[in-house]
Amino acid sequence: MSSVEVPWQYSFPPFFTIQPNIDTRKKQLEAWCSLVLDQLKKDKNYSLDVNEAQKSIFSNKEINRKLSLDGIYMVLDELQKRGNLEWKDPKTKKECLVMWRTPEEWGKMIYKYITDKSMTNTVCTLFELSSGDETAGEEFHGIEQWLLIRALKTLENDGKAELMKFGDNEGVKFF
Amino acid sequence: MNRFQWGETTADHGESHITSQTGVALYDGNDKTNFVGGVLGLTTHRLMWKENYGKSTAICLPLSLVKSLEEQPSGFAKSAKIVVYLQEPVAGQPSGPASFSKYDFIRLSFRDSGESEFYRYFKQALQDKKWEDKVLPPSRPAQGGRHRPGIVGIERSIQQKQKQTDSSINQSFQDLKQLMDKAQEMVTLSKTIVSKIKDRQGDITEDETVKFKAYLLSMGIPNPVTRETHGTGDSYYKELARELASVLKKPIKECGGMMTVTDVYCRVNRARGMELLSPEDLLNACDLFEMLRLPVRLRTFDSGVKVLQLSNHSEEEVTHKTAHVVEENGSLTAEELAQLIGLSVILSKERLLLTEKVGGVCRDDSEEGLRFYPNLFLTKT
Repeated sequence: MSSVEVPWQYSFPPFFTIQPNIDTRKKQLEAWCSLVLDQLKKDKNYSLDVNEAQKSIFSNKEINRKLSLDGIYMVLDELQKRGNLEWKDPKTKKECLVMWRTPEEWGKMIYKYITDKSMTNTVCTLFELSSGDETAGEEFHGIEQWLLIRALKTLENDGKAELMKFGDNEGVKFF
Repeated sequence: MNRFQWGETTADHGESHITSQTGVALYDGNDKTNFVGGVLGLTTHRLMWKENYGKSTAICLPLSLVKSLEEQPSGFAKSAKIVVYLQEPVAGQPSGPASFSKYDFIRLSFRDSGESEFYRYFKQALQDKKWEDKVLPPSRPAQGGRHRPGIVGIERSIQQKQKQTDSSINQSFQDLKQLMDKAQEMVTLSKTIVSKIKDRQGDITEDETVKFKAYLLSMGIPNPVTRETHGTGDSYYKELARELASVLKKPIKECGGMMTVTDVYCRVNRARGMELLSPEDLLNACDLFEMLRLPVRLRTFDSGVKVLQLSNHSEEEVTHKTAHVVEENGSLTAEELAQLIGLSVILSKERLLLTEKVGGVCRDDSEEGLRFYPNLFLTKT
């Protein structure tokens, strides 16, 4: 794991055994959830492969512990319940999309950026938003297309933006 | 051929093996027999033929019946033979493969050759007449002759063995009976002592009586509740429960307020001496503790482990203590805890599980085993 600040739980051996006590387990899962989200956020990663994660994020070689597959699914299910995670294929449950920020939160962030720059009533392409030079310093820079669209859709529902299509390019107009 | 008799290949006393030859067929006079291609053996006493080396039974011809030998050299399509001229069969000899023969000689056909060597040895053996040497057999019981061939012989040997086991079993049970008689005496003795103490309550001080009673109790239960004294129904279990509670109160306290039912079973039965309790009776009696308001309770853990504990046994205290011990040591397995607090491993594990249940500790289940840690999930933020 390449994170800079590791939570104390990560080097606490019981962290890697799903606790039978319900209260304890709740705390444990909470810790796991924030650990996973923090890690992905740090890496600007939007998807997670269960097999890969089993070897990286869910194991600690220093204390020779790893979370069992059952445990991993328990954590991921918990994330799904909170709306941070979606399975790419709910049947196989091998890969998932992880939204360490919900689409609503992203939408609000983008809208704030637009209003700060007083770019309402202008049209910009999705490419400009996610990879353009102007947004380079913003947090949503580098956001994956599917998530960006979902974020903008939430704005569309609120009547703050409108997605449009011209040719191959997709654009958005903010109000 | 009628001089042959069934026998075993093992050498009799004073008999020794001389030589043997494979691929030998027997002829009854001039006639072929079914005894073809076997192993012919020669001992100082007998001539033996068996099917192959592995067999332990053979047909045997006592050398004493041999009159003379004659060699017949091999010819075209004819293997070399030794003609053995025989005397008249002895009346009452053991049974053999043939009961009648018109010849008074047999022929040994050496199909794998080796006849000349065998002839030499055979002749030598006949000259030596070793079978006439009177060797006193070692003190073998006269009755069970070495080979008593046939089913009768086998039956007889089985019967003999049975007799032997019978007698040894009888002997050992006699010992046991004596022991039981002695034990009964011991029980009566202890009873008289108890009654004497009761009678002399005035003579000795209260202190001494109490002390002496304690001794008796640690040795055993002087008046165990039995089915004979208390019938078979409820009253038996009730009395048994009372007895158990009074006997076990102290030892349970000494063990830290809890004792597994297996331990209880062993202790109680040791104390009762001859009047052993069945596990079922013990459990039935334990079930009555609560109803009789006795100071001991039966408790079953989630894991199925049954224990007896004092009714004033405080769980909170135990879990609190256990959590404290775990915290002091960083982490503990059930075995380590057992060593630290001098409790059995089973009970230590139950304590840890109980503490886990109330959130005092948390577990680390790895290849190295189940280890318990202080519950930092709840205490550390």
